[in-house]
Amino acid sequence: MSELDPEVQAWIGEKRYPVESEFDVERGYIFSSCSSVENANPLYWDEKTANDVTDGFIAPPTMISAWFRPHQWAPHREAQILPLQVHFDLKEKLELPEAVMTDNTIVFGVPVRVGDRLRTHQVLRSVSEPKTTRLGTGRFWEIDVIYENQHGESVGIESYTGFGYRRKA
Amino acid sequence: MAAAASLTLDRVESGEPLPELAIDVDVSTVVLGALATRDWRPMHHDKDFAVERNGTRHIFINTPHNAAYFERYITDWTGPKGRLGRIKFRMKDSVFPGDTMVFHGTVDGVRTDDTGCGWADLSLWLTVGDKTTTECTASVALPVGENDNPWKRTRENWKP
Repeated sequence: MSELDPEVQAWIGEKRYPVESEFDVERGYIFSSCSSVENANPLYWDEKTANDVTDGFIAPPTMISAWFRPHQWAPHREAQILPLQVHFDLKEKLELPEAVMTDNTIVFGVPVRVGDRLRTHQVLRSVSEPKTTRLGTGRFWEIDVIYENQHGESVGIESYTGFGYRRKA
Repeated sequence: MAAAASLTLDRVESGEPLPELAIDVDVSTVVLGALATRDWRPMHHDKDFAVERNGTRHIFINTPHNAAYFERYITDWTGPKGRLGRIKFRMKDSVFPGDTMVFHGTVDGVRTDDTGCGWADLSLWLTVGDKTTTECTASVALPVGENDNPWKRTRENWKP
């Protein structure tokens, strides 16, 4: 059995990288998303349907991560937190240069509404013992990305399983 | 715009298939999806980068765009009152310009939870030719009657 680095052990269950979205949830990106997949759901296009069914316009649930991707450029920015920064921290700290994501689960909470300003943070849930797969030897880890609205309500939790590894020699 | 009809739980049976959906993918499809999901990484818009750095044959559809397609596929079937509760997917291979991707699905089960919320549990998969590129499971809440609306469920009555 190989001991897990104590610093990494301390990350498990810790709330890391809290970030607020750089802009409010807005219809322009909702239209862009629906247009990109030809999603004709009237919840996103028709005000009467939106009012009747969802008490106003909401965003498609699967857009949840889009609200947190930083602008490609912004003034005065020195460094930016990557989506899934914990994943990259693990690769670096555990000296595992390669990584793949094996599973992605999203559980949706209250609807994301136009005008919301969302927040997110990441929680490392687990790191496995060393494992060897056909890719190489490394560790599996589970990371939750928690999304909340400005009222502190959960709008979704995205869970990733990653495998960081070194290729077989 | 006329109000769209919504599927109700009593009209769904375990084992029934969802209608297939075929999409021809071109460069614009991939780039539109990358921009809509605010994914500026070059492998989703720069073919030279994708080929030379990623070793793929072209730019390819990104993960959140793939998820948006699955959401569209599900709600095309349910109508606007279908409320997605949970989705899990595993991308096994990439989708490139020139591919025709076909979405498939089947109803694994129909249930009502302890809050009275109706659910259809789905198995979904995406194919290109004879290859499955993404496997997915999803649970979508459906009205249990004409006057029910899963979107009106609040925190204590929403257990996806």
